[in-house]
Amino acid sequence: MSLTHTPFVRRSAAVIGLLSALCLNAHALERGQPAPDLKLAGLQGPVTLAAAKGKVVYLDFWASWCGPCKQSFPWMNEMQKKYGARGLQVIAVNLDAKRDDAEQFLKQNPANFTIGFDASGDSPRRFAVKGMPTSLLIGPDGQVIQQHSGFREDERSQLEAAIVDALNKASR
Amino acid sequence: MKRLLSCIGLAGLIALTGCSTYQPPQPWEKGTLARPDMTMESDALDQRFVQHIYSSKENASGGYGVGGGGCGCN
Repeated sequence: MSLTHTPFVRRSAAVIGLLSALCLNAHALERGQPAPDLKLAGLQGPVTLAAAKGKVVYLDFWASWCGPCKQSFPWMNEMQKKYGARGLQVIAVNLDAKRDDAEQFLKQNPANFTIGFDASGDSPRRFAVKGMPTSLLIGPDGQVIQQHSGFREDERSQLEAAIVDALNKASR
Repeated sequence: MKRLLSCIGLAGLIALTGCSTYQPPQPWEKGTLARPDMTMESDALDQRFVQHIYSSKENASGGYGVGGGGCGCN
């Protein structure tokens, strides 16, 4: 009997397989993948991706304690104002554990775009959020165009270019 | 003997899962960790004292950005 066929080795292999399955993480969404569904409570009624079908969606995950998120709010306001008429919809999902923290933040950083609330952390798990803030650009067909983590000064023009590019493709 | 070995092996593997099932906080769960008072240098004045005492005691080496005095008087 060879060593590789003993019950002990086979049982160990099964246990190791089980353990490695436990360690698997959600993979980031790739370009061209359909975006998972989103159904959250918002400031004015429920927030869904389905409602924005046919629009280019800039989906942002943020929290009140996150510095770059705060910097991104004026920029997202600007984008919504500039490209809203061309079919851009900014949806920002708050991930604070306490709703009050989010309300406080919104008082100081007014948002002229759609806000959703997810204290459960279910949606960032499904959208494979790896950093704060994380933004996804979703095309009118509901497919992910790009995923971006963080918000730095020098990345703004690149993010805006991606939005413009998506809008140009959508209108064609 | 074989059974004992496999028991020890299995116990070892189960002990290892203790590490693998530990999930570090997700990016959106770091609200408490992000608070200013959770940093190592939350109090600037306290840090100055610590550095001053360090540079005084560690004569030749000095603290951050301070040359070593060697006399213990700085």
